[in-house]
Amino acid sequence: MNQEVELPDSERRRITRDGVSLAFTVGLYGTAFGAAASSSGLSPWQALALSALLFSGASQFAVVGVGVITSWSLAVTAITGALLLGTRNALYGLRMAPILQVRGLKRVAAAQITIDESTGVAISQEHLGLPAMRHGFWVTGLGVYVFWNSFTLLGALGADALGDPAQFGLDAAVPAAFLGLLWPRLKGRTPWAVGMAAAITVLILLPHAPVGVPVISSAIAAVIAGWKNGVDKK
Amino acid sequence: MIWATVLISSVGCFLLKYAGMAMPEAWLSSPRVQRIANLMPVALLSALVIAQTFGVGQTLVFDERAAGVGVAIVVLLLRAPFPVVVVAAAVTSALLHRL
Repeated sequence: MNQEVELPDSERRRITRDGVSLAFTVGLYGTAFGAAASSSGLSPWQALALSALLFSGASQFAVVGVGVITSWSLAVTAITGALLLGTRNALYGLRMAPILQVRGLKRVAAAQITIDESTGVAISQEHLGLPAMRHGFWVTGLGVYVFWNSFTLLGALGADALGDPAQFGLDAAVPAAFLGLLWPRLKGRTPWAVGMAAAITVLILLPHAPVGVPVISSAIAAVIAGWKNGVDKK
Repeated sequence: MIWATVLISSVGCFLLKYAGMAMPEAWLSSPRVQRIANLMPVALLSALVIAQTFGVGQTLVFDERAAGVGVAIVVLLLRAPFPVVVVAAAVTSALLHRL
């Protein structure tokens, strides 16, 4: 990932194609987010504001996942969940900074589109050099941004028009969405152990602790497992 | 209150992204920080799956959502893409809701 080699047109086109098709697939999923947001009482504009301003799928689902926000304690739960899920983007930023080498407004834009997909596509072009990585990052990040926001609005307006969320199974779509986001991360013993510990934490705490506290408490499982040195990803 | 939640979480999440880009590398590059940040989504997403599948306020219930999520697991094991998983869960739950 060091050399500024020329990026051949054929490779540039391939990266564009890969990035855009991934962006479209992920973007489609914005429909589910828009619908979930609507079932949690967010207006289409509020759903769109989350997609445009927050722009990180798991964190957005965490905000709408607390249900209808009727108290400040629920608001704090929503915000804390979103921030905890967003911590990984800081690490992606750290990884991308020396590759992108951007400042000023361009850095602001780059930061906003620093998500799982843009970072993933960029890193998978490492063997082709820095220009390929940059191209992959921008194409994928901007592509997801456009599709994700468009489909969010579509999902929010659609769900608003349909009415009762339970009737359309939206109540099950939200946990299924979380499961879909979780699935690819469950590789190896440590993630499984952390996942199980988090699940058990919620089952034990949910009947006793205030709403939202069980989910946030599960972060402790990640801290404990990550703290110890010997435990590796494998 | 919803707008406040939307805006505060957006600003916070943006600052996390920006911090990664702007911070000196040494601050975040400790292996411990990396391990914890990598495991954080696993913990929270697992917790959210359980809370959203079985939780209604402060009670645990077993209803059509569990069936929907069960179908989602099967569909995931069949390596279906994201949107298929979500739709399969929704359709299952919607059908049971109507019975």
